[in-house]
Amino acid sequence: MADVNRGNRPLSPHLTIYRPQLTSITSILVRITGNALIVGAFLVIWWLLAASTSPEYFAIADGVIRSWFGKLIMLGSIWALWYHTLGGIRHLIWDNAVGLDLPTAYKLGWALVIGSFVLTVITVIVL
Amino acid sequence: MRYLTDRKRAVGMGSAKSGTAHFWAMKVSSVALLILVPLFVLTFGSILGAPYEEVLAYYQRPFPAIVAALTLIVGLEHFQSGAQVLIEDYVHGTAEKISIILVKCLAYGMMATGLFAIAKLAL
Repeated sequence: MADVNRGNRPLSPHLTIYRPQLTSITSILVRITGNALIVGAFLVIWWLLAASTSPEYFAIADGVIRSWFGKLIMLGSIWALWYHTLGGIRHLIWDNAVGLDLPTAYKLGWALVIGSFVLTVITVIVL
Repeated sequence: MRYLTDRKRAVGMGSAKSGTAHFWAMKVSSVALLILVPLFVLTFGSILGAPYEEVLAYYQRPFPAIVAALTLIVGLEHFQSGAQVLIEDYVHGTAEKISIILVKCLAYGMMATGLFAIAKLAL
């Protein structure tokens, strides 16, 4: 195979022309949620820093995190956190080369979507 | 048809190099976070919304403070590793290198800030 021209062969389907499926959407969402969590982390760290600084600074950060906008970020972050956690568990399962067949992959995908919302509702109710 | 050997074609293209170590680090930190994340949500979630004095008293206790510190260390380490892969997939050339450096500065900067705050609250 040493002299085969490899510059003009068909490539595997890429994001832009790949028909969206449960498996591909749940996969890209793992990446998006994981990276988006930096926003929630930033808010939490700022809140901790403010609490360690002074009562006045804490009042500002606490006000922001408990405002409607702060609550929206925290709610989104909780969902993202559970979604990414369940997605991570799915990766740990797949790493053992099990559950990769389509029926199981679809079941895992739905478990991921439904599970993340259930865990978010439980978190909001409990805390 | 070009007369190139497979080796010649691969030289200079770069390899995975420390790819296995990177994969393993992600796997270890993800398992650690399976334990830390629920504990952090439980502890942080139960004190968020409380008045200033209660927050101070809460993070002076060892358990909430240690859980928060560990979650920040492992979580942001996991983030910088994952965000690096995200950048490597979509950004190339000099912009790729600069983005990776910036995202690591952000992750470790936030980690240090958080740990400083927790230490100050706890001690």
